[in-house]
Amino acid sequence: MRRAVSAVVRKDLLVELRTGEAVPSMLLFSISTFVLFHFALNARSVDGDLAAGVLWVTLLFAAVLGIVRLFVAEREQGGFDGFLLAPVDRTALFVAKAAVLFLFLAAVELAAVPAFAILLLGPSPWDAIPELVVVLVLADLGIAVAGTLVGALGIQTRTRELIVPILALPLLIPLAIAAARATSPLLEAAGAGALPGRWLVVLGLYDLVFGLLAFAVFDFLLED
Amino acid sequence: MTNADAAPAVALHELGRAYGDRVALDGVTLELPRGATLAVFGANGAGKTTLLRVLATLLRPHRGDVAVLGRALPREGWAVRGQVGLLAHDPLLYRDLTARENLRFHARLHDVDEARAGELLEAVGMTRRADEPLHSLSRGMAQRVAICRAVLHRPQLLLLDEPLANLDPGAADAVAPLIGRGAGVARVLISHDVELGLAEADLVLGLRGGRPAVCAPATEVAAADLRGLYR
Repeated sequence: MRRAVSAVVRKDLLVELRTGEAVPSMLLFSISTFVLFHFALNARSVDGDLAAGVLWVTLLFAAVLGIVRLFVAEREQGGFDGFLLAPVDRTALFVAKAAVLFLFLAAVELAAVPAFAILLLGPSPWDAIPELVVVLVLADLGIAVAGTLVGALGIQTRTRELIVPILALPLLIPLAIAAARATSPLLEAAGAGALPGRWLVVLGLYDLVFGLLAFAVFDFLLED
Repeated sequence: MTNADAAPAVALHELGRAYGDRVALDGVTLELPRGATLAVFGANGAGKTTLLRVLATLLRPHRGDVAVLGRALPREGWAVRGQVGLLAHDPLLYRDLTARENLRFHARLHDVDEARAGELLEAVGMTRRADEPLHSLSRGMAQRVAICRAVLHRPQLLLLDEPLANLDPGAADAVAPLIGRGAGVARVLISHDVELGLAEADLVLGLRGGRPAVCAPATEVAAADLRGLYR
């Protein structure tokens, strides 16, 4: 399985490096949204709950762009058939695609989070960087797992651009709540507070539940 | 030698497959020995591609019994994957990757030495263009790369849908050792060229509306009978 996962991940990263179809559009979307929030909120800066909400809503919508693109080459260029003809565990495709989406999200956040700090955030986020990275990693895992499942479902339909957001956003609501609650104390105007462990547990449980669900049903999504 | 090794390459008994209410295949029964070639003829929509996709484990049979290389489908599909080489209408290659990158990707999936990709590209005369993205290649060149992909893992059964489509005579000669009789493996060959298909075949299956209209050894079938399938 490791061989198949690494083959698909390498292939997807190479295609993204060559075409730049997913990450640049996700990043551009994130930065444009921060600029829009900057003017729409009519505030020079935000902090606390509002800052966490703005950050996570933007990142989730950007993630949906990545989810929509995740299986396009597989569908349009016969990648599904090529993969299904190989003597490999079908779950390898799920693991590889989730890993690719996770890497795309991490790449976007490397630029989008500093952009958010510059464009909108009042307090300096630098004191809370390690805690923020923990929240980002846990939330990105959840988005990657749930997003891959939804992407595989949506790609079977003709209207994937509609179906994917309609399915993904409600599924991501618990994750958005937990991520925003976990991030909020880190972005307080009075200085970064402690990381709320309860919401980290919720994020971890979300990752676990969707991981198990995806392992259970992904094979069926690839059946004719 | 196991039972699976001694079994025919393909054994079908009353195979049926439908898409919703539309019957794509019905009542197909035949046996193809190892190393032999089955030529499949029929007008567009006759069920030829469906038959190929069932044999490739990409579609489930809805009725009847299907065994490929001694393994019952779909139950033992896992054992057949990797033993079958499919050359379909679509090349099953990524447009933004080069020919060499595409073959290396499939070599990793099939756990084949990546050096074989280079050997095959040389065999089909694609070495000079091997590092260009697939979308910049002509259809004939992409077909040559697709043939390399189909035989990369040395399959025991080749499923070939119009394999010489878009190939010039020189390219057709170059791919012959890989997918022709000389390849020495069982083949299921879809062709609209009746004379060519008949010359290649040991067994002939003519489909009309998903049902077998002709199913006989090639020596007992006349080209005129097969042309009737297209009227």
